[in-house]
Amino acid sequence: MRNPLSKVVEDIQPSGIRKFFDIVSEMEDAISLGVGEPDFDTPWHIRDEGIYSLERGKTFYTSNAGLKELREEISNYLYRKMEVKYDPLKEVLVTVGGSEGIDLAIRAMIDPGDEVLVPEPSYVSYVPCIKLAYGVPVIIELKEENQFRLTKEELLEKITDKTKMLVLPFPNNPTGAIMSRKDLEDIAEVCIEKDIFVLSDEIYSELTYGNKHVSIVQIPGMKERTVLINGFSKAFAMTGWRLGYATAPAVIMKQMTKIHQFAIMCAPTNSQYAAVEALRNGDKDVEEMRESYDQRRRYLMHAFKEMGLECFEPFGAFYMFPSIKKFGMTSDEFANRLLQEEKVAVVPGTAFGACGEGFLRISYAYSIENLKIALERMADFISRLENR
Amino acid sequence: MREKILAVIEKNSRIDLNDLAIMLGVSEAEVANEIAAMEKEQIICGYHTLINWDKTSNEKVTALIEVKVIPQRTLGFDKIAERMYNYPEVRAVYLMSGGFDFTVIIEEKTMKEVAQFVTDKLATLDAVRGTATHFILKKYKDHGTVIAENIKDERMLVTP
Repeated sequence: MRNPLSKVVEDIQPSGIRKFFDIVSEMEDAISLGVGEPDFDTPWHIRDEGIYSLERGKTFYTSNAGLKELREEISNYLYRKMEVKYDPLKEVLVTVGGSEGIDLAIRAMIDPGDEVLVPEPSYVSYVPCIKLAYGVPVIIELKEENQFRLTKEELLEKITDKTKMLVLPFPNNPTGAIMSRKDLEDIAEVCIEKDIFVLSDEIYSELTYGNKHVSIVQIPGMKERTVLINGFSKAFAMTGWRLGYATAPAVIMKQMTKIHQFAIMCAPTNSQYAAVEALRNGDKDVEEMRESYDQRRRYLMHAFKEMGLECFEPFGAFYMFPSIKKFGMTSDEFANRLLQEEKVAVVPGTAFGACGEGFLRISYAYSIENLKIALERMADFISRLENR
Repeated sequence: MREKILAVIEKNSRIDLNDLAIMLGVSEAEVANEIAAMEKEQIICGYHTLINWDKTSNEKVTALIEVKVIPQRTLGFDKIAERMYNYPEVRAVYLMSGGFDFTVIIEEKTMKEVAQFVTDKLATLDAVRGTATHFILKKYKDHGTVIAENIKDERMLVTP
């Protein structure tokens, strides 16, 4: 029999997270700080709208781009949050999670051989999606001394004649880094000058602490060359509903919608009805959850300091990215030993790119009570390492 | 600051003050002072424990009593309320809008004791015109807390 598999697919490495998940699953009564989803349930009024839509028999496809009602609410929401106008009919697409939007944008815009710049550490799906589109991922290694922000110099260094797109993953998973307006203006200047498009993954836009999130589409000249990805998973604790959206100039959106139409048809109808409710009446829920995350973030920062774990202060998402370099172990070794010896699961930084070596991703999508137990165990582990 | 403190301690009044200070990004003294001030101003009126008595061997019967009254010149609503809330078995007294005037919540060991309280003590008050007693059969949620088994974290242990 011939090899049934595509070479492109075979060459793609399975996610490092998956490997670690298998180890953790074997361990009984492990405490995990390894999840990338909120610990809150979806607010009840949103769930109720989903249920109500089922009761009313809303069990059919919606239009490919999504319920018009929802696209209008998305457009209103983006205007309310950042005073940028998107035409709900031509520039908004409802997707199956933010992940689908990432895939669509790359496939709609990348030809074989086009280079796509991917800052790392970052979410695990950009590189595989680029490869599946026969594009060439070019990694930009973000640095702790820059608080894991992308700088103009780092960007310029990697641009070639073939560079077509820059992935901009902020607020960042796994580092928690955010970009200020000034940082974005620097990046925008380069993108405009070098004629590069941006895929801005802003799924954590509602989860910034201290400063309000700024999107690159707010910088003059950038909306025209940016695909914005966002969704309901993180802001409204709706991961299982699988619902996100993309906004982009009509010329790009038309092609993204075409792929979506053939591959997906439409996002889940009931999730879309629930999402309308989320955008109309969910601001208060988001605010409450944000406040909780912020309290935990401060708590972790303090606990890390106490136990002598170095960590830059993150202002976005719900992750901390402490350095473990001083212990003379790889991220993998550290995470494995922490799991074996203290039954605490954290994700090695290397799961998010090679330059995550020397770091751990620690999620604070857990109650303070949970975090407290895990942190005590981590402190024990570290004091043992230091006394040796 | 006050609202943030209240939001946290309303859910967990036993939280360590030092933890609370760290979570809010202020000093422990600051939190302690605010709380002391709010206690003094009667914004914080007490720290109670939510107990599911059904799980103990201690039998308790809770009843919600609707009370209609006729306020009199010397005996306004506040005075009538006082007459009722001074009984230790009365857990709560609320002045209501609508078809009756007060809700009185009372906790006793037996239904008979509740009945006795209503007939002997409540109904005999001069101002009271009528009562309707409802026994609480099961508490599902109390003080914002669902009274159920511990909810398990169903998320996968590690996700991207």
